[in-house]
Amino acid sequence: MKISYWGTRGSIATITHQTQFYGGHTPCVAVGQGNDLLILDAGSGIIQLGDLLLTRRPLNIHILLTHLHMDHIQGLGFFKPFFQPGLTLHIWGPQGNSPLKQRLNRYLSPPLFPVRIRDFDCKLEIFETPLEAFEIGTFQIQARHICHPGPTLGYRVTNGTSTLAYLPDHEPALGARAFPGDPEWTSGYSLAREVDVLIHDAQFTEEEYRERQGWGHSSYEQAIKFARLAQVKRLELFHHDPKHTDEQLDALFASIEPQPFEIHLAREGNSIELP
Amino acid sequence: MNSHEIEIILSRQWADYLSIPVFITDPKGNLIFYNEPAEEILGRRFEDTGPMPVSEWSTIFNPEDEHGAAIPPDDLPLVKTLGTQQPATGSFWIHSLEDERHFLTVTSFPIVGVSGYLGAIAIFWKNDPDEN
Repeated sequence: MKISYWGTRGSIATITHQTQFYGGHTPCVAVGQGNDLLILDAGSGIIQLGDLLLTRRPLNIHILLTHLHMDHIQGLGFFKPFFQPGLTLHIWGPQGNSPLKQRLNRYLSPPLFPVRIRDFDCKLEIFETPLEAFEIGTFQIQARHICHPGPTLGYRVTNGTSTLAYLPDHEPALGARAFPGDPEWTSGYSLAREVDVLIHDAQFTEEEYRERQGWGHSSYEQAIKFARLAQVKRLELFHHDPKHTDEQLDALFASIEPQPFEIHLAREGNSIELP
Repeated sequence: MNSHEIEIILSRQWADYLSIPVFITDPKGNLIFYNEPAEEILGRRFEDTGPMPVSEWSTIFNPEDEHGAAIPPDDLPLVKTLGTQQPATGSFWIHSLEDERHFLTVTSFPIVGVSGYLGAIAIFWKNDPDEN
């Protein structure tokens, strides 16, 4: 299983020199194995990935959306494989009060966007992600709702040997009198429990979090506490705040005390290989 | 151990901040959480009891009408909600574990999330019986 970062930034893409090292594209993570490719979220990072995929067909491509906030879907309209006749692509996303296609159409239609989903040239299949475990190719996938405004999923993906949990927008500390508390009462715990790699929201500093409770994101410290509770092997701090420069991210990272697991700052362009 | 569904977790966090008694059950009626004001009525602490099966906690209150006659379980709001997945309300007397008699109005409603029916919430309102 190869995990590749195509977008690690939260909220809105950044194009400054000060954010180039960790990357300015909004969330998009590719998880590939053999002919199967899972694309976790369709932030602006998916655009470059789409360009690459045009040269690597055929692939069994499935886009798994955690939720429909703009930073997680804004790349969809620029994903070139959608405009390739003969390709079959799949989008999965959270259930809501209306069909997923209808909710995606709110963005992918005028006046917000000139092209409609029905104008795509590929064969597109859209599914509401089941909450029971399911399989895509060689991957087994479990999705569950997690704490973030609006219906939001986290994903647990395994190839039978290694396991990844992807919770890019997650505020498990919201409303908790003490965090972390009992695992049974902690959002996302089931998804992250003992995974090899946890990609988790770490948008804020502690000080920023105090001013932005309820916005749906975590501080570094909360992400680390959550990872410790879940006994993960490796934590990837993700969904970097667009205001945080590379220098600030490095300084925040340097302030983290040693933990009983690896910690990394997710960086656009980096990859992780798992057996 | 699996975590509860997010709707249940958020219900608990909401209940944690309320100063009125709130009980949360799973779809079968097993008591999975009650808050501090509910502890006063039950005479037990959630930290001590943890979750309680429906067979255990449903017998604690001994609900009675104004004449002291026992109220059948099927007439209790929460039992109605668990059976019908519809909101319900009702007033009656109960005895706490500490044998204190309380007059209550109970409002119960189902927790219906994106994934369907997940359980129920019962809110106990302490009343002055002379006002009813």
